[in-house]
Amino acid sequence: MAGDKVVHVSDSDFAAQVMESDLPVLLDFWAPWCGPCKAIGPVIDELADEFDGKAKITKMNVDDNPATPGKFGVRAIPTLILFKGGEVVEQVTGAVGKAQLVAMITKAL
Amino acid sequence: MSSAEYDLIIVGGGPAGLTAGLYAARAMLNAVLVEKGAVGGQVLLTDWVDNYPGFPEGISGFELIDKMAAQAARFGLKTMLGSVTAMDLNDPVKRLTMEDGSQLTAKAVIISTGARPKQLGVPGEVELTGKGVSYCATCDGPFYRNREVAVIGGGNTAVEEAVFLTRFADKVTVIHRRNELRATKISQKHAFANEKVHFLLDTQVQSIVGKDGVEGVQLKNNNGEESFLPVYGVFMLIGTAPNNEMLPLDDLGADSYGFIPTDGEMRTSIPGVMAVGDIRSKAVRQVVNAAGEGAVAVLAVEEYLQQLA
Repeated sequence: MAGDKVVHVSDSDFAAQVMESDLPVLLDFWAPWCGPCKAIGPVIDELADEFDGKAKITKMNVDDNPATPGKFGVRAIPTLILFKGGEVVEQVTGAVGKAQLVAMITKAL
Repeated sequence: MSSAEYDLIIVGGGPAGLTAGLYAARAMLNAVLVEKGAVGGQVLLTDWVDNYPGFPEGISGFELIDKMAAQAARFGLKTMLGSVTAMDLNDPVKRLTMEDGSQLTAKAVIISTGARPKQLGVPGEVELTGKGVSYCATCDGPFYRNREVAVIGGGNTAVEEAVFLTRFADKVTVIHRRNELRATKISQKHAFANEKVHFLLDTQVQSIVGKDGVEGVQLKNNNGEESFLPVYGVFMLIGTAPNNEMLPLDDLGADSYGFIPTDGEMRTSIPGVMAVGDIRSKAVRQVVNAAGEGAVAVLAVEEYLQQLA
């Protein structure tokens, strides 16, 4: 099913899931009250299917997890950060198109 | 002439596109709605819609869209996820190129690509987007609990969202370059009654200042006085720009702002091509007329298809 490959990350497992991941990780900061976050939801689901085994596609609910967005200076959602080897590679804000995200991830593979 | 895959392609799934989709599905047209993200459009940026008839208590932008999409789906509207990058509209078979290089063809096209919040174009804006510069109060308001923020603009969106932001922020300063607001009287009344909302009129933003995040805005009063307002966030609510990058603007006779003129039946200057919603050249940009335009356009499409047959 679309979307079941997306990993939901929290403040407590952020280090293990994202910083220590062997694969590049895309992290989507979102919240249930954010319309544009919902709008890119299906795109995130598709990315998780398409990059299965090559990159990890993750989401974090900023309502439940205030520490991580604060650490990365996230003051707007959706914000998407691409991590590789525990470092921030690229950061984009807003409901960006799928093509831009595919290009961003592909570059980091 | 090769035959077209679809009777109708609707490009963009905001209120105008979804209503067109509903009418097309009910008219049993072989239609598809193409949307680059998921359905929604700019109404998703709105916290609460109080002026769409049929919802006496008002409704959230997201819920309204969700209901419109469900209604179109009930009649079997087909939707497709993807970005249209180019349109070849002049021939009887309209050809749309997608971002993955594939093509879709149709006898008629409804353009409902909408608009997006306009950028102000001052130093610091691009660099600090997502780090204190925001175009969506509904999305980002909760990040500004107990902070001070600025709202740039003087129209309905700016004034209404300034009031919305007082749910979180301690102080909201509306900065507008003219000496009076453009917002409707009822919106102004709500804002004036809210003691957390302050106004700086006759004032322009010179730059947005901050290193890792917004620290303030550099301002210049129209009499030449310069000042610095420390704020943690800046909301740019200064109007909309058309989503027209994929459109053949010359062929469609776009106006000087890049919006598409139509007649009363939503027909553009190209036969078989209609434009509806915020991409249309018009004065009133409300959900209710966007929806109405979607319905009118499908009736014009049906008439056009009958002439072809």
